[in-house]
Amino acid sequence: MTVLIALALLVVFSGGAYLLGRRRAVALAGGRSASLHSLPGYHGTWVALWAGVPAALIIIIFAVFGARIEDAALRAEVPAAVAQLSDERQEVFWSDAGAMARGEAQSEITYEGELKTAFDAKAAEGRRIGVIGLVSVLALSGVLALCGVLLAFPRLSRDFRARNRVEGWTGILLIACSTLAVLTTLGIVMSLAWESFRFFQSVPPLDFLLGTSWDPQIAMRSDQVAAVGAFGAVPLFAGTFLIMLIAMAVAAPIGLYSAIYLSEYAGPATRSIVKPLLEILAGVPTVVYGFFAALTVGPTFRAFFNWIGGFLVGGPMDRLGQYLETVQNQMALTAGVVMGIMLIPFVSSLSDDILNAVPQSLRDGSYAMGATKSETVKKVILPAALPGVAGALMLAVSRAIGETMIVTMAAGLQAKLTANPLDTVTTVTVQIVTLLTGDQEFDSPKTLAAFGLGLTLFVVTLVLNIAALAIVRKYREQYD
Amino acid sequence: MVALMTVQPPLIRTAAPHSHHPVNLDAPKIVVRDVSVFYGAKQALDSVSIDVPGKAVTAFIGPSGCGKSTFLRCINRMNDTIPGCRVEGAVEIDGEDVNARSVDPVILRAKVGMVFQKPNPFPKSIFENVAYGPRIHGLASGKSELEGIVEASLKKAGLWAEVSDRLNAPGTSLSGGQQQRLVIARAIAVSPEVILMDEPCSALDPIATARIEELIDELRQQYCIVIVTHSMAQAARVSQRTAFFHMGRLIEAGSTEEIFTNPRESRTQDYITGRIG
Ligand SMILES: Nc1ncnc2c1ncn2[C@@H]1O[C@H](COP(=O)(O)OP(=O)(O)OP(=O)(O)O)[C@@H](O)[C@H]1O
Ligand SMILES: [Mg+2]
Repeated sequence: MTVLIALALLVVFSGGAYLLGRRRAVALAGGRSASLHSLPGYHGTWVALWAGVPAALIIIIFAVFGARIEDAALRAEVPAAVAQLSDERQEVFWSDAGAMARGEAQSEITYEGELKTAFDAKAAEGRRIGVIGLVSVLALSGVLALCGVLLAFPRLSRDFRARNRVEGWTGILLIACSTLAVLTTLGIVMSLAWESFRFFQSVPPLDFLLGTSWDPQIAMRSDQVAAVGAFGAVPLFAGTFLIMLIAMAVAAPIGLYSAIYLSEYAGPATRSIVKPLLEILAGVPTVVYGFFAALTVGPTFRAFFNWIGGFLVGGPMDRLGQYLETVQNQMALTAGVVMGIMLIPFVSSLSDDILNAVPQSLRDGSYAMGATKSETVKKVILPAALPGVAGALMLAVSRAIGETMIVTMAAGLQAKLTANPLDTVTTVTVQIVTLLTGDQEFDSPKTLAAFGLGLTLFVVTLVLNIAALAIVRKYREQYD
Repeated sequence: MVALMTVQPPLIRTAAPHSHHPVNLDAPKIVVRDVSVFYGAKQALDSVSIDVPGKAVTAFIGPSGCGKSTFLRCINRMNDTIPGCRVEGAVEIDGEDVNARSVDPVILRAKVGMVFQKPNPFPKSIFENVAYGPRIHGLASGKSELEGIVEASLKKAGLWAEVSDRLNAPGTSLSGGQQQRLVIARAIAVSPEVILMDEPCSALDPIATARIEELIDELRQQYCIVIVTHSMAQAARVSQRTAFFHMGRLIEAGSTEEIFTNPRESRTQDYITGRIG
C-alpha cells in the first residue's frame, strides 16, 4: 500500500519535472523552437525520466525483495530458547513472529515462558526493522528523484541533444521489459525443473515416463498416512493425445474449409457478417463449451451408441453390441469433438488471415491459366500459404493439449491407457488440476507430481513446436 | 563524319525490319464491338471497337488509367473475377462471342493466355509451374508427354538452356527476367491461340526487356499477341499494329508505322511525342 502511494507520488513528481524541463526549454528557445536541437517536449521528458526512473527502480526492488531482506535481518540472531526447538517448530516461530510484526494472523500455537519473551522481543524487532526499511527506502528514493532533477535540469541548453538522449532511454526501457519477460519465463521453467527434480527423487523418472499405471492416492488430510501411489504418466499422455487427435480431426478440416470459403468464395457482404461471428465464437469461455459437452453432447453420443448397440446385440457382432450398450456419458470422443468445435473459429480465423495474405497476383495467374477456383485453392493458394497454415494448426494443437475444462467436464478423471474413443480418459492438465486443488502438503510426491507432469508437458509441447517450425522452414526453403 | 551527321536516325524505330513478313489483316482473330466496362457506377471503357489480327503483335498504348488493362481483361474474361465489374458489348474470337452463355471461361482462358506486369510464378518448382496448365486441362496422357510439353514450352520461351539442369528448383529462385519468361512458358504450355501481355517488361531491366522483346517477335509467328506497354519505343519495336487509348476510349488504331509516323488524331500525336500522358 505504502509502496503504491510512493509510486503515485513519484509519478506526480516526474510529471512536475516534465513541465519544468519543458518550460526551461521553451524559455531557452526564446519563441523560436526551431533554434533548439530538440523539441521542448524532449527536454521535459528527459528531466522527467531522470526524476522518476532511478527512484522507481529502488521502490520496486524494495517491494519485491524487501520482505525477504527484513526476514533475514530478523533471523540474524537466534534466541537460545528458539534454538532448542525442532527445525519445523523454529520455522513456525519465525513466520509467527513476522506475522505478528506485520499485524497478520498467526498459527494457533501459543508461546509461553522464555519462548514468549523471545517471541515478543522478536515481534518488536520485526516491527522496528519494517519501519526502518520503509523509511530508508522512501528517503533514498526521494533523494534520488531530487538529485535526478537537480543534475538533469542545469544541463538543458539550446543544443542539448535531448531527443537522442530520450531515444537512448527508450531503448533501455524496451530492453528492460523484454529482459523481464525472458527472465520471468526462465524463472518459471527453472522452478518447474527444480520441483520436478524433487519429485523425481521420490519417484524414479523412468517409472514416471514409462509407467502405464496412474493412481496417485490423494490423502484427504495431512495426517493421513500417505500410501504411495502409482505415478506412471503414460496413460495421461495417451489420453491427452487421443483427445487432441480427435479435436484436430474435427477442427482442422472444418476450420480450414471455412477459412477457404471465407477468403476465396464468400462475397464481401457474407464476409463482413461471418468473420465477426467467428471471432465472437472464439471468445466463448471454454467452461461454456464444457457444460455443452457434459449436458448435451455426452448424453447424445451415449444414446446414439447405446441405440446402435441395441441393433447389434444378438447378431454376428454381439460383443460389440454389448459393449456399445454399456457406453457412458463421459468419453474421450465427447471431449475431443467439443474441443474441436471450440477450436474451429480459432483455426479458421487464423487461416483466413493467412490465406488473405497470399498475393492476388498468384490467384490472377492461376485463373488466367484457366484454372477453376477449387483448383486454384488446392494447387496454388494452399501451397503458398502452407507454412502459415501449419503454424495455425500447431497453435491449435498447443491449445488442445493445454485445454483443461472441457476434458474435466466431459471425459472423466479416470486414467486409462486406451485408444478407444468411447472410453473415459483423462489428460495431463486435468490431473495437474486435481493434484493441486484442495488442501495438500506441498512436498508430498502427489503434489510434486504436478510439477513433473508440467515439466514433461512443457518439453513435449516444445519439441512439437520445434518440429513444426523445422518442417515449415524446410518447406519454405523449397518453394519461396 | 559529315555523312554520319546528316543521316538522322528516326526518333523512334518502327517494326519496319519485320514488315517483309506478310501480315494477313483481312481475317481478324479478335473482333471487338462497342465494349463498355463499368466498375460499379464508374465507367472505365466507353464503346471500344477494334479488330485484332491473328499471327501479329498488337500494341495498346495510352496514358495511365485509360483502360488498357481493363480492355485486355475483357478478352479472356478476367473481369469476371473482379467483384462489381460489368462488361457490355461483344468480344468475338474466331467469330465466337466470349461472353456468350455457352462459353466456359475456364476453356476460354486456356485458349487465351495472359502474362502480367509483375512475374507471378507459382510457389512450385520450375517444372511444375510450366506443367500447371497441361495438368489442369489434361493435355498430357503420361509423364513423358508432360515432360515433352514442358521442355518444348521452355524452349519456345527461350529459357530451356538456363534452367534445364534445375527444373526442380523453385520458380521463385529465378531472376525477374527469367521469371517473366517462365510465366510466358507457362502460358504457352497449353497451346493458346492468343497471348495477352500487360506491361510484361515494366519490372525488368533493359537486357531482360530486350530478351522478352525478341521472344515476342518469335512467338508472333504462331500466336496472336496483344501487348500493353508504356514504352513507345517498345510498341514501335515489337508490334505491327498499334491502338491508342485515352480516357476509356479507343482514339485511333492502325499499323504501327502509320501511328508513329503519321497519326490521324492530334491526341495520338501529342501522346507519342510526350505532350500528354
Ligand atoms: N478493380 C477495379 N475496381 C474499380 N476501378 C478500377 C478497377 N480496375 C481499374 N479501375 C479503374 O478503371 C480505370 C482503368 O483502369 P486500367 O487498370 O484499365 O488502366 P490502365 O490503362 O491499365 O492503366 P495503367 O497504364 O496505369 O496500368 C481506372 O480509372 C481505374 O481506376
Ligand atoms: Mg494497367
